[in-house]
Amino acid sequence: MTGNAPFLVVGVIFLLGLYAILTERNLIKIAIGISLLEASANLLLIVLGYRTGGSVPIFTLAGDVGTMVLPTPQALTLTAIVIGLATSALLLSLVMLLYRHYGTLDVREIRRLRG
Amino acid sequence: MNWQMHLPALALAVPLLGAFLSLVVGLGGRYLRNAWMVCVSIATTAICIMLLQRVLAGGTMVYVMGAESWNFTLPSGLSWPIRIIIQVDAFSAFMAATSSIAALAGAFFSLRFMDKFTGLEKFSALYFLLVTGMLGMQITGDLFNFFVFLEIASVASFGLIAFWRDRPEAVEASFKYMVVSTVSAMFVLIAVGFLYGRYNAVNIAAVARMLHMGYAEKIALVFLVVSLAMKSGAVPMHMWTPDAYAEAPAGVTCLLVAVSQASLYGLFRVCFTLYGVTAGSVVIPWTIIIMGVLSMFIGVTMAVIQKEMKRLMAYHSVSQIGYILLALGVGLLSLKDPQAMADYGFTAMKGGIFHILNYTMYKGLLFLSAGAVFYSAGTRDLNELGGLARNMPQTTFMFVIAAAAIAGLPPFNGFVSKLLIYQTTFAVYPLLAVAALVTSVLTLASFVKVFQTAFLGPARKTFEKVVEVPASMLLGMAVLTLVIVVLTLFPGWTLSHLVEPAAKALIDQSGYISAVMGGGL
Repeated sequence: MTGNAPFLVVGVIFLLGLYAILTERNLIKIAIGISLLEASANLLLIVLGYRTGGSVPIFTLAGDVGTMVLPTPQALTLTAIVIGLATSALLLSLVMLLYRHYGTLDVREIRRLRG
Repeated sequence: MNWQMHLPALALAVPLLGAFLSLVVGLGGRYLRNAWMVCVSIATTAICIMLLQRVLAGGTMVYVMGAESWNFTLPSGLSWPIRIIIQVDAFSAFMAATSSIAALAGAFFSLRFMDKFTGLEKFSALYFLLVTGMLGMQITGDLFNFFVFLEIASVASFGLIAFWRDRPEAVEASFKYMVVSTVSAMFVLIAVGFLYGRYNAVNIAAVARMLHMGYAEKIALVFLVVSLAMKSGAVPMHMWTPDAYAEAPAGVTCLLVAVSQASLYGLFRVCFTLYGVTAGSVVIPWTIIIMGVLSMFIGVTMAVIQKEMKRLMAYHSVSQIGYILLALGVGLLSLKDPQAMADYGFTAMKGGIFHILNYTMYKGLLFLSAGAVFYSAGTRDLNELGGLARNMPQTTFMFVIAAAAIAGLPPFNGFVSKLLIYQTTFAVYPLLAVAALVTSVLTLASFVKVFQTAFLGPARKTFEKVVEVPASMLLGMAVLTLVIVVLTLFPGWTLSHLVEPAAKALIDQSGYISAVMGGGL
């Protein structure tokens, strides 16, 4: 049971992020929701690669180790974090531009495009 | 050692180099930057067409980055499929060639279209990044790299849609697209995580070989189908499409059309190659078919009532995506049953894949001609436009060709692919063919409206001084017109030499797997 706890956390963070994106009306909060989704995806990858009691996956001078955690998900996560950083930065700068143009962060008032 | 061996890597390296060097080349002034943009676009297109030629002649190409073999073997004999591979089969190469032609036309068009604005070296850098991401999605053989290229393409397109950042609408459209596309990218990543957790591999061929249906695989499949359909702009996740397509600069919209095809490519790669028959023959195929029918119908009914030229065309892209989804959904439906596949499934897939090519060409051309009208007349509002055929004869001519092709008027290429789709969907369920026909009629109606209000009618005082657009913009449109005319004149050749190998490659799951794995794991 405790072994599955990290996956539960992933699920909770994912649902929180999705809930924020779908229901919040403030652009910054929507951006936070997207960051939460990114965090849950990264956490999922890390958790998938973890082996209980495993050590760092470095062979040089490793000494006497039984199990090691998987290195591939960590490499994937690093890539995903970098991508997430780029997306968040761009997202926030767009929010800034929107605030400059419309003078508000409320999604109900930023709707010049419709129909 | 033949240099053509490296074509798959060059198809990514050339536009990537073009992107980063255009910031440096941009220091040398406008002419140098334009020359650079033309050279890199032509080189990319040439590479993609050579890649297509080579794949059609010699079968699937597998390129391993930085190593000799697709797997990593430990001294103890254990081996893992962990190398970064590029795998180009006939379908990938077909898609890459199609979208690189659209990118070439968009680049030619953008040279003069954008010349009133500053920061153009950044524009061309983002443009080539978008091309890299798009081609990467189409030729990668690795699920995680698919996600990486998806994000490269997304981030570049956010920047390009909001390129006119002094326009509130452009920033708003970009933000909307960004929320939708980041959420769907995260869905893709989570699905990749699920598959990795089950099979310890992200190599498409390796996962496809081991895949057997369980809960984790079902969740991953649903996540992938939903997110990629969202990225390609199918109803009910289409709300970003009209905004983003209408607000982006016209050359970029032409490229965005091709990028949405890359998401569609991902969707079919997942359904046909990764899952294949294990995806089941009821739920997933019918979901795709119903999404297709809804996209066709809702897209076109929304288009009929639009008053803004590019927005109207953007709703038509939703409806054209519907045709492709419908056709390939029928193919997926008959995947399990060889008899049904021979009777109608394979023809439907040929129609769908041919429609991908046709759609990219004529939709790109339509957006470019709308951009040309905007460049010369300064407005895209159909209520203000009128009588432009006198001032812009060449643009009008090319617009008419594209409009006839999208409406599926008989001699044109759009008619051929639509006819294949009508015939085969009729065999599955007659109502589907009826929906497709009605959509086609409405498409014709709304393009007659555009043609009549914008180009025909009495000359207006406000447009007296309007002249034809510069030669480089006409050249961009002429590239696509030429392709449409060739496809119109030689539909039989195209179907048997380009489309059929692509359709065969798509249904040949074991061929895709054995091209990488050879003797097995």
